[in-house]
Amino acid sequence: MRFLFKTGYAQDTRLFPFGGTGRFWAGLALYAAILVALAHYAPVALNATHWLAVAIVYAVVFGAVLLRQNADGEGGHAAFWYGLLGVGALSAPFVLDLYFLSQITFVYVYAIAGVGLILLLGMCGQISLGHAAFMACGAYTAGLLQAQGFDLLVTLPAAILLSAALGVVIGLPALRMTGIYLAFATYAFAFIVEEVLARWDGLTGGNMGFVLSDPSILGYTFDSEQKMYYLAMALFVLTLLAGLNIRRSSTGRAFMAIRDSETAAEAMGVNLAVYKTTAFAISAGMAGLAGAVYAHLLFFISPEGFTIFLSINLLVLAVIGGLASMHGAVFGAAFIVVLPQLISLTKDSLPPVVGQLPGLESGIFGLVIILFVIFEPMGIHGRWMKIKTYFQLFPLYKRGTFKRQKSYMVSEKNR
Amino acid sequence: MDRVLGRIWWLLAASAVIAFFSPPVLWLFGVMDGAGLTLYLQQVVSGTANGCVYALVALGIVLIYKATETINFAQGELMMVGAFLAFTFITMYGFGFWIGAALAVAGGVLFGMATDRAIIRPVVGQPVFAIVMVTLGFGFVVRAVVSMIPGWGTDTYALATPFSGADLRLGALVVSQDYAAIIVSTLVLVAFLFVFFRYTRLGVAMEASSENQLAAYYMGIPVKRVYTLIWGLSAGVAAFAGLLLAPVTFIHTQMGFGVVFKAFPAAILGGFGSIPGAIVGGLIIGIVEALAGFYLPEGFKDVAAYVVLLVVLLLKPEGIFGRVVVKKV
Repeated sequence: MRFLFKTGYAQDTRLFPFGGTGRFWAGLALYAAILVALAHYAPVALNATHWLAVAIVYAVVFGAVLLRQNADGEGGHAAFWYGLLGVGALSAPFVLDLYFLSQITFVYVYAIAGVGLILLLGMCGQISLGHAAFMACGAYTAGLLQAQGFDLLVTLPAAILLSAALGVVIGLPALRMTGIYLAFATYAFAFIVEEVLARWDGLTGGNMGFVLSDPSILGYTFDSEQKMYYLAMALFVLTLLAGLNIRRSSTGRAFMAIRDSETAAEAMGVNLAVYKTTAFAISAGMAGLAGAVYAHLLFFISPEGFTIFLSINLLVLAVIGGLASMHGAVFGAAFIVVLPQLISLTKDSLPPVVGQLPGLESGIFGLVIILFVIFEPMGIHGRWMKIKTYFQLFPLYKRGTFKRQKSYMVSEKNR
Repeated sequence: MDRVLGRIWWLLAASAVIAFFSPPVLWLFGVMDGAGLTLYLQQVVSGTANGCVYALVALGIVLIYKATETINFAQGELMMVGAFLAFTFITMYGFGFWIGAALAVAGGVLFGMATDRAIIRPVVGQPVFAIVMVTLGFGFVVRAVVSMIPGWGTDTYALATPFSGADLRLGALVVSQDYAAIIVSTLVLVAFLFVFFRYTRLGVAMEASSENQLAAYYMGIPVKRVYTLIWGLSAGVAAFAGLLLAPVTFIHTQMGFGVVFKAFPAAILGGFGSIPGAIVGGLIIGIVEALAGFYLPEGFKDVAAYVVLLVVLLLKPEGIFGRVVVKKV
C-alpha cells in the first residue's frame, strides 16, 4: 500500500483496532446462519456425508481464523472474512442453481488467467496482447492429451508446462523491447499460433474444433457441474496462493523492481533477461491452466474461441479489476463474466426499440471501460480499498487520501 | 551478440531488397517471361495501394503517439467514421464527390478534436495501459454507435468515385484507377504533411510539443490546444484513408478493426514515432501481404505481416527508423 499510494497515511492511522470478541461472536452467528440456510435451501436432501464435509470445512475455517488471531484478538479480521468467503464458496453448489454455479465456475477460470496477467502486467510491468495464445495452448494440450487417454494428473501439468515454454518463446522479445513494441510482438506470435491451430487440421481439427469429454483423476470423473465447480475452485485457490507467494518472494520483488525502473533494477543486480522470461513463463503457465479448465467447461474448443478479443478481454479484466493486487483478478473476472449477462438481462426489460439495437452490448462494454479508467483508475480493487479505508477512518476520511500524483508528462521515451 | 544480430539484419534486409527486385532482373536476362513479370508487377501495385492505406492509418497513430504518447487503438474507427461520412455526403445527400470528400475529411477532423477533448484529456498523465484501455473502449463505443445510426447500421455499402471502373494501362500492366488514385493522393498528402511540419508555424509547434512538452510549454506554445489540433489532423488523415479505402473494399462498421491491426505493425516496423517509418512500414506490409497471398499457399497472406514484424523486431527492436533513447542516470 505505502509504495503504491505514497501516503502510508491510510494504513497507519487506524483508529479502532478491529477484531476482538464481539466480532468473533458476530462471525459465529453468521456462520450459523449459513448453516441454517444450507439446511433449508439445499436442492438435494443433505445426508450424513454432506454434513460431515460441512463440519470439516467449518473446523478448518475456524481453526484458521483462531490461529491468525493473536492474544489481543487482532489480525483475525482478514482471516475471518476470507473464512466466511470460503464457507460461502464451498457451500455454493448446495444452494445455487446450475446456471449461477456455472457462471461462478467461469469466474474462477478467468481469475486463474487474471492472476497470471496481474503478475505479468501489474507486478512486472510487461504488457501482453498474446494471452489468448497461452490459453489456447493449454486448452489444446489438455484436450489432445485427454483424447489419448491421459487423466488430469498428466494433462494439467502438461498444459501448464507447454504454455510456460510457449511463454518463454513469446517472452523473448521482451528482452529487447517494451511497451507497444512488446504488445505487438506478443500479438504477432499469438496470431501465428492461432493460424497454426486453424490450419493444422490433422492434429487440432482445424476450424471445426474438437470435442472433449469429462475430465477425470485416477478414475474419479468430474461429470457434474458441482464437481467441475470444486475442481475450478481448487485450482484457482492454488493459483492464487502461488501468486501471493511469488509476490512475497525475491522473484516478486525483482519483478516490481523491473516494473518501476529497468535501469535501476539492473544496477541493483536483477538479471533482466532471467526475470522477464520467468514472468512470462509463470503468467503463461497460469493462462495455460485456465485454458485447460476452460476447455473442459465448454466441452468444445476451436481457434475462434482464442482470438485477439479474448486477449483484450483479459487485459480489460486486469485493468478493471485493479492491477495493484491479486484481489483484482477476482473482481475483474467477476466483472468480465457478469457484465455481458447483466446487459442481456436488462436488454429484455428495455423497450424493444432500444433493446434490439445492434452493437448495444459492445457499446456498453466499451463505455464501462472508458468510465472506469477515467473515474476509477485503480480498478474495482481501488474502489474497494477506498470504501474500506472510509469506514476504518470514519469520520475522519479525507478526500485526498487516494489522490494520485498527476504527472505533467508520462514519457516512455526515457525509461 | 548484438554485432552478430546486426549483421544478420543487414543480410536479411539486403536479401529482401534483392528478392523484391529480382523478377525485373530475371526478365531482363530472359529467364522470366513477360506474363510472369506482369503478374508480379500487378501484385506489387495492388500491394502498394493497400500499403498506402495502412501507411496513412499508421501515420495517424504515429502523429498522435509522437505528440501525446497516447497509443490510439481507435484510429481504425476514426477511419471508419470518415468513410461513413463520405458515404453520407456523397451517396445519401448527393453533394458530388469532391465536395462530399472535403466535407467528410472536415467532419473527421472535428470528430478527432472532439474525441481528444471528451475522452483523452481526462486521462492524460495516467499510465500507458490506462490510456490504451480508454482508446480500445472508445473503439467499441464508436462501432456500436455507428451501427445504431439510422442509414448507417450494420450493412455494407459501396462508394462510387469518379475513378471507379476505369483502368489505367501501362503497357501490359493494368492498374485500376482506384489504386492509382490511392497511390497518387497518398504521395500528395505525404508531401503536404512534410511541408506542413517543416515550414508552417503550427507544424513546427506540433513538432516541438511532441519533442518535449514542458519545454514547448515554456516557449509559449499552447500545448493543450496543439494536442487537440494534432488529434484533428490525425483523424483527418484517417478520414482521408477511409475515403481512399472505401471504393476498393466496402464501407462497414468492422472495416477499421482489420486495418488497424495491420497499421500498428506498419507503424512499429518503421519505428513507432517516425513519420517516414510509418509510410515505409505500411508499404512493406502491404507489398509483402500481396506477394505472400499470390505466391505462397493459402493462410500465409494473413500471417505474412506478423512474420515480417517479428523478424524485424527480433533483429532491430527499435524498428527500421526508430531511435534509441537511453536513460541517463
